Amino acid sequence: MQVPAVPDILKLRRGTGAPRRIQDNLTIALFLLPALILFFIFVLYPIIQSVYYSMFNWKGFGPAVDFVGVENFKKILTDRVFLIALRNGLLIVTFSLLFQLPLSMFLAVMVARDLPGRAFFRTIFFMPYVLSEVITAYIWLFLFNPDPERGFLNALVTLGGGKPVLFLGNTDIVLITVFVVLTWKYFGFHMLLYLTGLQNIPTEIEEAARIDGASPIQSFFYITLPLLGSTIRTSVYLSVIGALQVFALVWIMTKGGPVNASEMLATYMYRFSFVRFQLGYGSAVAIYMFLICVTFSLIYQRLTRQPDYLTGL
Amino acid sequence: MPTSFLLPRWMQRTISRFFQYLILSVIVVIIVVPVVMLVFAALKTRGEVMSHPYTPPIPVHWENLQLILGGPVFWGMLRNSLIVMLVVTVGVVVLCSLAAFVFARMDFRGKGLLFNLFTVGLMLPIPVAILPVYLVIRRMDQLGVPVLDNLLGIMLVQIAFALSGNIMILRSFFTAIPGELQDAAYIDGCTAFDFFWRILLPLARPALASVAALTMIVSWNDLLVPLVVLNNDKLWTLPLGTMQFQGQYGQDLSLVSAFVALSAIPTIIFYLLAERQIVSGLTAGAIKG
Repeated sequence: MQVPAVPDILKLRRGTGAPRRIQDNLTIALFLLPALILFFIFVLYPIIQSVYYSMFNWKGFGPAVDFVGVENFKKILTDRVFLIALRNGLLIVTFSLLFQLPLSMFLAVMVARDLPGRAFFRTIFFMPYVLSEVITAYIWLFLFNPDPERGFLNALVTLGGGKPVLFLGNTDIVLITVFVVLTWKYFGFHMLLYLTGLQNIPTEIEEAARIDGASPIQSFFYITLPLLGSTIRTSVYLSVIGALQVFALVWIMTKGGPVNASEMLATYMYRFSFVRFQLGYGSAVAIYMFLICVTFSLIYQRLTRQPDYLTGL
Repeated sequence: MPTSFLLPRWMQRTISRFFQYLILSVIVVIIVVPVVMLVFAALKTRGEVMSHPYTPPIPVHWENLQLILGGPVFWGMLRNSLIVMLVVTVGVVVLCSLAAFVFARMDFRGKGLLFNLFTVGLMLPIPVAILPVYLVIRRMDQLGVPVLDNLLGIMLVQIAFALSGNIMILRSFFTAIPGELQDAAYIDGCTAFDFFWRILLPLARPALASVAALTMIVSWNDLLVPLVVLNNDKLWTLPLGTMQFQGQYGQDLSLVSAFVALSAIPTIIFYLLAERQIVSGLTAGAIKG
């Protein structure tokens, strides 16, 4: 049997012949172009174009001619409703960090490795996540009905001797109501992230801690929690970006009301763009939202960059 | 802890298991009861929903369901949603695997820059970009591309906004496939396309399934894009149609409940069938993206 000489193998290596290179370049171009074109037309270009429109007072009929410079951007910052929307977004983020994420982590630890029936619980807990926001909103709209004869929750409240609560009609509690529904829908997703994170922690580490005499609580705070670091980082990031996106749920349940008490940035932009048709102003709101997203992402990535304890996660 | 001295280990374990199941069961009730109330209301007459809204529907009234399933409205919306979902899913899987392959396995000048460009998409979710996108759609329509008030417009936008995340997922999957495989294939005379088509894609089938399942859910549940793109009620998708149906028949709680319940059924069936793919797609996306 003849073993091919080394130079022959080298000749077969890629990138040596010109035809091969042309073929490669063709592959690269053909593979990338469809995605790139769509991405440019529907993601990048719209945002660039909005920077232009945001400098006009424009109702959307005919070309934009009434140039106002940065007037829209100034007006937004002094609009009380925009500030309420901003505050509501921050409140939703705060509530999520204080309640939703700890709850999700707690449940993930409960449904830990060896619990019989864990697949069942996981399936049920994650189900609200796959239901659309439209369906979720209607389900809860029925439950929140202020009339105890119609709304299940108020039936429970009156059964317990309380007075019917205007869950969606009281400016003081409407945001909490929205948050409860958001938690109902999204905690399963965060629980899933934590479950994956927990699975990636080698059992040996926890066993070693137990042998060394750590109580379950110590083991959680000194072993599990630090090792979940990168999962927590992801989960917090997605919570914040998610709060910026809340739209359908609020739009269907409250339309941002009563008196703007549950206004979110996305509903604010939608109202100005598609109800009042102030497209220049709406564009400026979109730019602000985009800037918030980008600024937060960059700062967050910079601040939380840290050596991972476990590979890749 | 003091109990550890008083009780034998198996007893401690049983007690902690009991509380574990108790807490988990409470959460199950909180998840399930709202859905059950919806189903109850859907299976009653309008009068029954008024007079005793919280009891189980005995006898079961199928009238609302028959009314909805007997007319063309629900089926039309279901068809529109299905068409959009299938085209978007095929589009996302094809375009993302092609692009991810180039980013994972080929080299060219400007690759890093292009890749970073795609990461911008991660910071630009649809609710933020909806007005800018609408303006582009409207302009394209004026220029003669039929995308406004057309399912095509929804498909293109949904595909475009699914690109970034799914390219990241697939790229990291393709990168994890050993380089020796590629060398071996090239030595055997494969072109880049051969390697992609005959070796990489078959190996990546689980990842492709996850991307597909995830895309299906996102497209199926999307309200915002159909809401701004569509006007013609013949083209409405299920979420949009459900919203408009409620606006029209809001007084008849049982009928609206039946409609909402029916529109939830396809999602739940799909979820039970594809839970594994959806879950792995989501976690991969969140961790890699």
